[in-house]
Amino acid sequence: MWSRRQGRLRPTVCGVEELRRRRREQEAALRKARREQQLVSKRLLREDAPEEAGEGCVAAILGEAEMQQFLRQAQRGTEEKEREGALLSLRRGLQHPETQQTFIQLEGSMRTLVGLLTSNQALLQLEAARCLHELSHSEQSTIAEACLPATSYLLTYLSGHSSDFIELCLYTLGNLIVESEAVRRQLLPQGIVPALAACIQSPHVAVLEALGYALSQLLQAKEAPEKIIPPASASSSILASTLPQHMLQMLQPGPKLNPGVAVEFAWCLHYIICSQVSNPLLIGHGALSTLGLLLLDLAGAVQRTEDAGLELLACPVLRCLSNLLTEAAVETVGGQMQLRDERVVAALFILLQFFFQKQPSLLPEGLWLLNNLTANSPSFCTSLLSLDLIEPLLQLLPVSNVVSVMVLTVLCNVAEKGPAYCQRLWPGSLLPALLHTLAFSDTEVVGQSLELLHLLFLYQPEV
Amino acid sequence: MGGATGVGEACREAPGPTNGTLLLQDGDVQRHLYLQEVLMQVADAPEKPRVPAFACQVAGCCQVFDALDDYEHHYHTLHGNVCSFCKRAFPSGHLLDAHILEWHDSLFQILSERQDMYQCLVEGCTEKFKTSRDRKEHMVRMHLYPADFRFDKPKKSRSPASTEVPGDSGERSEGEAMEICSEPVVASPAPAGERRTYSHRIPSTICFGQGAARGFKSNKKKTK
Repeated sequence: MWSRRQGRLRPTVCGVEELRRRRREQEAALRKARREQQLVSKRLLREDAPEEAGEGCVAAILGEAEMQQFLRQAQRGTEEKEREGALLSLRRGLQHPETQQTFIQLEGSMRTLVGLLTSNQALLQLEAARCLHELSHSEQSTIAEACLPATSYLLTYLSGHSSDFIELCLYTLGNLIVESEAVRRQLLPQGIVPALAACIQSPHVAVLEALGYALSQLLQAKEAPEKIIPPASASSSILASTLPQHMLQMLQPGPKLNPGVAVEFAWCLHYIICSQVSNPLLIGHGALSTLGLLLLDLAGAVQRTEDAGLELLACPVLRCLSNLLTEAAVETVGGQMQLRDERVVAALFILLQFFFQKQPSLLPEGLWLLNNLTANSPSFCTSLLSLDLIEPLLQLLPVSNVVSVMVLTVLCNVAEKGPAYCQRLWPGSLLPALLHTLAFSDTEVVGQSLELLHLLFLYQPEV
Repeated sequence: MGGATGVGEACREAPGPTNGTLLLQDGDVQRHLYLQEVLMQVADAPEKPRVPAFACQVAGCCQVFDALDDYEHHYHTLHGNVCSFCKRAFPSGHLLDAHILEWHDSLFQILSERQDMYQCLVEGCTEKFKTSRDRKEHMVRMHLYPADFRFDKPKKSRSPASTEVPGDSGERSEGEAMEICSEPVVASPAPAGERRTYSHRIPSTICFGQGAARGFKSNKKKTK
């Protein structure tokens, strides 16, 4: 059930070291992009795997004359195979940014492509859609905007039946959406939200994953909190549609849960919740209980398999829960939580262990949830104590300063609940650990340690 | 604020790339690595499974295939939502229903004289209009649809421009039609009983091979 879809990145002739180096470079680039608030990623479907090592560029850049010839052949060729072949050559060329530029500058090129996209030749249609998909991958918003004439058709095809084609349209739309606000400004009145709401009822897993991707890109738009999410924006509103309920359905643990699909929709939910538009609405739909059950399920899966892909789902689920817990509505529907405290805390610790072993940099995600769980709830603090989780928590202290601060904050949350709690905190390695953290050079760590000590002495003066 | 610091502190992550906190950096980085790394393939299998060549079973269709995925797409595109009256294919059931209502339902014609019957074709929009022209204007103005949207041809009684030989030339001329798309959209099917003529401005008509069904008789239900 939890077998992760393997990335089809073929190692070609590079060794493992080379791959690791590339991955480190990629990570560094992503961190930089995030710092500069330029974090944008797209999905690319490509049929041909890169043959050679290195760049993986298979075809040469196309010049204008060549391109015109291919377009003419595709449009007016006599033999079907000839027409398809011409489009295929065009598509390969479009893998290059230069060819993409040439294409959009060539007069009538998009009109021809759209004509082929809507032709009555199914395979030409597919190949034309693939050309558009290559264009959608460009990082230039001018190229994304050049694809505007095609969007109404991409949306129309979402209500068709050919699942591969729909999947392709969805990824293309997702890529275009994230690249340009002008594209979004057109897609919203064109009815993208109702189209997605209809499409989400598809039984095909690949379609659902693609839909989740496209939706997640839409929800990350900077205008999303005002224009896309709120129920008041009528037909272009996410919250007013049936999408939230379907999303939550995709996240329900059970035999039908597909990890790839769940990851996409968990991120979608995260972006909606972050926008803070109407979280009580989501809670009303049962978001808390669904996510809580999913958390338990994840903890179970983590214990069963060595699967390294689970953190991709764990991360957004943790964030969603953390954010939802801060809503005032939680108090009123607190009884609907349907989860006994202990299980959630236990599950969380299993995940923390998992992070500790596989990906320590993700510990803050889990600790943040622990913080929000313990902040206002004495019963979660009790669970922490009764399940003997203080020791494991203390073991996380050396990981990093950020983690130390969070661990200490959680301990403060427990301590400030009163003398009974402090009493149970004292035994064990708390004091030595605290003395150790006081010696840290990081001021925040020291500050938080002092805060904890202060609380402990406050309630337990005899110590 | 008395008591412990950080109590009840909710660190909400801002949406999109504008994440400020260093705290949750790695979660985002992992997410984007996942997005970027996955080089998926269009077909599910590493290579399209080839089968011995076979022909489409729908009467009158002469397409041959050697891969099931191709056939699936062909079938859904050309035979999935087909009007049993005029054999036009539509991308979805929704558009097919609108077409049948507006082109082949005489009751619709009568009713439309008294009330707004032309429904907006955009999914989720419930507006209705007196004429197809009004509807088109709405779709262009409110929904930013192209004026020459392929699946909203107004029904006119003008006969098509020329007789086309069925088959490939139909597709070819449809390509040519694209170059003069600034002209007003004209399309109509041949009325019942006339010989088969194909206007090259109707891109969604199927071009049959020689054994096409004749006339208006719908001797085949929508095959599925």
